[in-house]
This record gives sequence, structure tokens and C-alpha cells, in this order.
Amino acid sequence: MSAGDIAAIFGGAVVTVSLSLVGILIGLPIGLGLALIRWANVPFVARIVVLYVSVLRATPLVTLLLLLFFALPNIGVPINPISAAILALVMNTSAFNCEVWRSALMGFPKDQYEAAQSVGMRAGQRFRRIVLPQIVRVSLPGLVNEMSLLIKVTPVLAVVGVVDITRAAVRIGSETYEPLPPFLVAIALYAPIVFALVSLQRWIERRQLAVEAAA
Amino acid sequence: MIHDFGIVWSERALLLSGLANTTILSALSAVAALLLGCILTPALMSKQRLVSWVARVFVDGMRCVPFLLFAYIVYYGFPSFGVRLDNWTSGLAALTIYNAAYMAEILRGAWAAQPREPIEAGVAFGFPELRLFRRIILPPLLLSAGPVLGNQMIQIIKDSAFLTIIALPELTHAASSIQSRHYVPFAAFITAVFLYWGLCLVIEAGVNSIGRVAEARR
Repeated sequence: MSAGDIAAIFGGAVVTVSLSLVGILIGLPIGLGLALIRWANVPFVARIVVLYVSVLRATPLVTLLLLLFFALPNIGVPINPISAAILALVMNTSAFNCEVWRSALMGFPKDQYEAAQSVGMRAGQRFRRIVLPQIVRVSLPGLVNEMSLLIKVTPVLAVVGVVDITRAAVRIGSETYEPLPPFLVAIALYAPIVFALVSLQRWIERRQLAVEAAA
Repeated sequence: MIHDFGIVWSERALLLSGLANTTILSALSAVAALLLGCILTPALMSKQRLVSWVARVFVDGMRCVPFLLFAYIVYYGFPSFGVRLDNWTSGLAALTIYNAAYMAEILRGAWAAQPREPIEAGVAFGFPELRLFRRIILPPLLLSAGPVLGNQMIQIIKDSAFLTIIALPELTHAASSIQSRHYVPFAAFITAVFLYWGLCLVIEAGVNSIGRVAEARR
């Protein structure tokens, strides 16, 4: 394995990280929106959200990705590997995020909401000033956990031809007939990213416990 | 579109064998991973530093590695050590070893939350260590960890779909081959999606009934 090969895997790492970031950044607000639809119990739409979340949580990312990549062009929507990858990641992570947000919303104390109503805050204000800051704090560990899960499923994107860490490693392995070294380099790249997120999650949980204990 | 589903229906034998393979694969590795997890958990909780350190490194290591990469390493990388496994064996091994780490961590969390009294009573009655674990610690552990273990089972089913890359004929692989044979991507994959959904609903129902048993015992 040459230095160029290692550089190729690092190039793949840039793709993996940027796709994950895009997926997270789009998936977070969509998940929140879905959770709000369920929380507000919007007639009919809320039921569709329940169905969407249930199906998406049960669908392996490979299957979803293959469905999007092959079926969308079939019905006249042209799609390239990168956009199929982002769409699949967003659909997948938004379903999981929805559950995290929703459980935070379920635990939100109702009296605070009513207090905000009684001082005459409008709906948007109530949400932005009272609800959002608190549910963000409660959801944070769950959301970070979901981010680490998201990064762990990104190797699947290689299946439709996205040149991420895994695809770069597989290609080098098949060129050099020595698959193990490139895979080990790939692991050396994935593990710190995931480990950093897992540590971040533990740190947030500990800090929140400490704050609660002090209060 | 209806015609496409007709084609998928005509290939139902392939799809059903894929579903059966996914089920067998997931069930076997779930049981094996749970058993391995039951062995790993006491190691994680061990008072001997070295044992608990080794177990901790294994568990945390697995939790930081993407499953697909791990499956690649077992299938393509192990031959470098002279271990050559066919796709079924390596798929099963990868699923089992990988998820054993998660099972162990789940059981450890549930163990830490268990009340101490029954265990101390067991010690006072002179239960030897192994029997103490098997008879006193494990049963309430499995019941209280039930829902999380169910989630992990669903995770195993979803991980098993990754094994399509090592040409294991499971559900996603079956859907792929139907789509490449007849070019009916939407019908083939959406059918697979709903079959996965069905499997997960079955597991959720199972977990709920275990939860009722746990509730009744309390």
C-alpha cells in the first residue's frame, strides 16, 4: 500500500464526514418538524408521520438506498449517487431523530407552556423561548448517539458508488490483493470519529447529571 | 406499476427464501450474540483489572467500528491470517461477534440497575459463583433488559442486510436480483422494505409480551 493509497482513503474520509454532516444538519430540523407534527396531533398528517417513522426505523439503509437509487430514475426523477446518499441518510436519521425529539416533548412540563400562554406569548414565541431551549438540552445525548449511529452506517453509501472511506479501501484492497491493510487504515479513521461522538455523549450526560445534582 | 408488482409476485419464491434467510441469520446470530454477551458481561463487571480491561477494549472497539467494515474484514481480511470462511459462516460470525459487544453492554447497564438484595441473599445462601449468575442474576436481568434487547434484535436484522455485499442471499440480495433481472426497482425494493417492517413489528410484539411477563412477575 503506497502513500497515494493512504491519501485516497483520507480523501474518502472527507466525503464520509461531509455527507454525514449534511445528513445530520438536514435530518435534525426535519426530525424536529416530524416530532412537532405528532406532538400537536395534526389530524391525518400525524398518522402519516407515525407510519413513516415506523417503516423507516425498520428499513435497513442499504435497502432504502437501493430503492432510492434505482427506483427514482424509473419514475422520471434523475438522481446521482451523492444525492441518493444524502436523501437516504436524511430519511433514515430524521425518523430516529423524530423519536428522540418526541420523547423530549412528551416529558416537557405542561405548566410551563400554560404559564407562557398566560403571559400572552404567541405560539412561535412560546416555542422558541420556552419549549425549544429545554427540549434541546434533554434531547442532546440522544441526538449525539444518533449521529454516531449515522456515521456507522455511512459505509453502505459505497454500494451505489459514492467514493467514501470504505469504497476507497475496498478498491485499494482489490488492486493490491492485500485487503487487510487498507481496511485497518479505514478503521483507524472511523473509530476516532465515532469514539469522539460517544465520548461527547457521555460527557454531556455527566455534565447534565452534575448540574442537576447541584440544583 | 401494478404489472411490476405482478412480476415481483411471480418471483415470490426467491423473495421468500431471502426473507427466510434473513430470519434464520438474524435469529441464529441474535441467540449466539446474547449467549456471548452473557459471558462477556461478568467479564466487564469483573473485579480483576486485566479481565475487565480486555472486555472493555473489545466492547468499546466494536462499538466504534461500522458493521459493514467489520463484515468486510471478516470476509476479505481474515484470509490474510489463513482463516478462509464462506459467505454464510463469515456473515454469521461477523453479525454474532459484532452484536455480542452491544448485548454485553446492554446487559451490563441492566445489571448495574438491579437491586442488590437478591444477589446478596444468594451469596448468603452459599450459591457458587456460576450458579448465582445463572439462577439469581440472569433471569431478572433478561426481563428488565427486554425492550433494549428487542431494539438490538431489530438492529441485527438491519445489519444482516449489509451482508448483501458479500453475496449472502438474504432479503435485500433477493430484491436486488429481482430488480436486475426484470428491472422493477420500485416494486422489488418497496416489497423488501415492507417485509423488513413486518419482521420488526413481530419483534416489537414479542418484546411487548415479554414486558407483560415481567410486569406479572413483579
